[in-house]
Amino acid sequence: MSHSTVPRSRAEAKTPEKTPQASEGAAGDRSREGKRAGKLSLRLRFGRDRTLLLMTLPAVLLVLLFNYIPILGNVVAFQDYDPYLSENGVVAIFQSPWTGFGQFERIFADSAFWHAVQNTFVLFFLQLVLFFPVPILLALLINSVVRPRVRAIAQAVMYLPHFFSWVLVVTVFMQIFGGAGVIAQTLRQHGVEGFDLMTNPETFKYLVTVEMIWKDAGWGIIVFLAALSSVSNDLYEAAAMDGAGRWRRIWHITLPALRPVIALLLVLRVGDALTVGFEQLLLQRQAVGVDASDVLDTYVWWNGIRNQDFSYAAAAGLVKGVVGLALVLTANKVAHLMGEQGVYKK
Amino acid sequence: MTAVLDTPADEKPAVRKPSRWAAPPRPAWEEEPSKAGVAGKGLVLGIACLAILFPLWIVIVTSLQSKQTIDEAGGLVMIPKGITFIAYQELLRGGQVQKAALVSVGVTLVGTLFSMTVSILCAYGLSRVGSLAHRWILMTLLATMFFGAGLIPTYLLVQSLGLMDTYLALILPSAVSVFNILVLRSFFMGISPELIDSARIDGAGDWRILWKIVMPLSRAVLAVIALFYAVGYWSAWFNASIYLTDQDMMPLQNVMIQLVQKQERPVGLAAQINTGQLSPLAIQMAVMVMALLPVAVLSPFVQKHFKKGMLTGAVKG
Repeated sequence: MSHSTVPRSRAEAKTPEKTPQASEGAAGDRSREGKRAGKLSLRLRFGRDRTLLLMTLPAVLLVLLFNYIPILGNVVAFQDYDPYLSENGVVAIFQSPWTGFGQFERIFADSAFWHAVQNTFVLFFLQLVLFFPVPILLALLINSVVRPRVRAIAQAVMYLPHFFSWVLVVTVFMQIFGGAGVIAQTLRQHGVEGFDLMTNPETFKYLVTVEMIWKDAGWGIIVFLAALSSVSNDLYEAAAMDGAGRWRRIWHITLPALRPVIALLLVLRVGDALTVGFEQLLLQRQAVGVDASDVLDTYVWWNGIRNQDFSYAAAAGLVKGVVGLALVLTANKVAHLMGEQGVYKK
Repeated sequence: MTAVLDTPADEKPAVRKPSRWAAPPRPAWEEEPSKAGVAGKGLVLGIACLAILFPLWIVIVTSLQSKQTIDEAGGLVMIPKGITFIAYQELLRGGQVQKAALVSVGVTLVGTLFSMTVSILCAYGLSRVGSLAHRWILMTLLATMFFGAGLIPTYLLVQSLGLMDTYLALILPSAVSVFNILVLRSFFMGISPELIDSARIDGAGDWRILWKIVMPLSRAVLAVIALFYAVGYWSAWFNASIYLTDQDMMPLQNVMIQLVQKQERPVGLAAQINTGQLSPLAIQMAVMVMALLPVAVLSPFVQKHFKKGMLTGAVKG
């Protein structure tokens, strides 16, 4: 905060001799606004901050190009987009016929879409129940270990899988639980045939959740450990003086300290409910079959990129995007009502 | 106490220096843990670590075995019998996998450098509260964390820009991570403003301040963010799978999908495998080791800075 109150010396030293009118303008601004002393005119502020603006330019341009301009491309959801109308995909948008909400009607009539929706929610629910508490528990456990070496090693090992690609993780799981994997081999030597978790649609959702825990539960610890390290030791000491045992101290001090972080992550997770392991599921789609593995993201990928039905897939993606945005905003609202900060401030 | 006083000064104290594995002394109010409690904790942590390390062990060990050992084990090997680097030698003799590894290394290096440059500049540009349009730009970037444009429109855009079948398609669309910019920005904002102001008074411009003061002071967080970007590029396969059609351009992860998941045989090595000199399994495992090794080697070095980075990143706005 002290940043803004310290005068930006170079710019202000320059102003008197270079642009006398502008500096008068600044004085006028100041008397008019009155709220913030030292409010400068737009031109002066541009002169002062042009280097900073220039520095943000590459990132802003990239974000505009790859995050904002494609939003306009969603109009193909209301068209019967034909990429072969022009060499250039964007030009083809202007030549394709409009269909209004026709694509959406097709989607809502498609049972495969509803199946993907169902899979998405099942996986989201499993993640919430089985995945979400694991990092919290592990963080509590690691936090209670006092030996620094043990802590450091356990953390190093647990962070590791987060940095592996999904290709690697899925492949490793395949080598362990697949039909040619270690477990299947061992069982076969003892006369049990046909063990192959990777292709079993019944247990697939649990397998996916376990993969997720294996890869990212350890990484999830960090945020909680950071929150725990900021808890004052005096609190624990005072509680111990008052006769609180180990468990009561966890219940009354440690968990309340984690509350804001848990609420924040819960909000983020609920807001992101429609996105459940896109890459992970795409990689296993072939092994286990579409019925078990199709979620909204892979449904969009299949119809759009693979089947080249761009309008249909864009419409499905748009449905997902709009519902997802509504979920984020709602979840954040709920966090505010609960008295937590949420993702953004009010 | 008396014992200490009695000890002559030149004699070694009787008490051994505590090993670095020992627990630091507990405060008086904290009760000693029970034996069962310690054992339980150790067991849970041990199982967690084993569950992570065991699969990696199998992969690494199998990649180092001869065809004979692998055939005897009937698949993956848990206990190594001798070590041979034949699989790696064959892979690095040239051909598909070597090419893919070079592509991955190249994309990772160029991409990380590009992403870091763009992100550092942007984070510094946004690090002064109250600068022109600072709020607007920040909101523009933040908003993208809440919604994406969608796969199909992005694909159509990349196609229209003529990026299909170019390595730029693997770098540009994912070059900027708003989260990483936020982490860098909040770190830059934590650098003492007095330092920056005194440099300004001495006549340093923003470029020089960034290069000479801010960046040297933020080495730790720069290392973390660079690792995040590098891992992102190294692990990426999806962009390559939709934007590249030329099999010769595929990065390592995509080749790994073909070799290991789809059980294809690497181009150029089929002869050795078919004549029985090489175990296809060892080749597959060697490719996996090549994919996991850089990450596994790099991340522990940066590990001690993770917490700081993640914590500053969690506080937004």
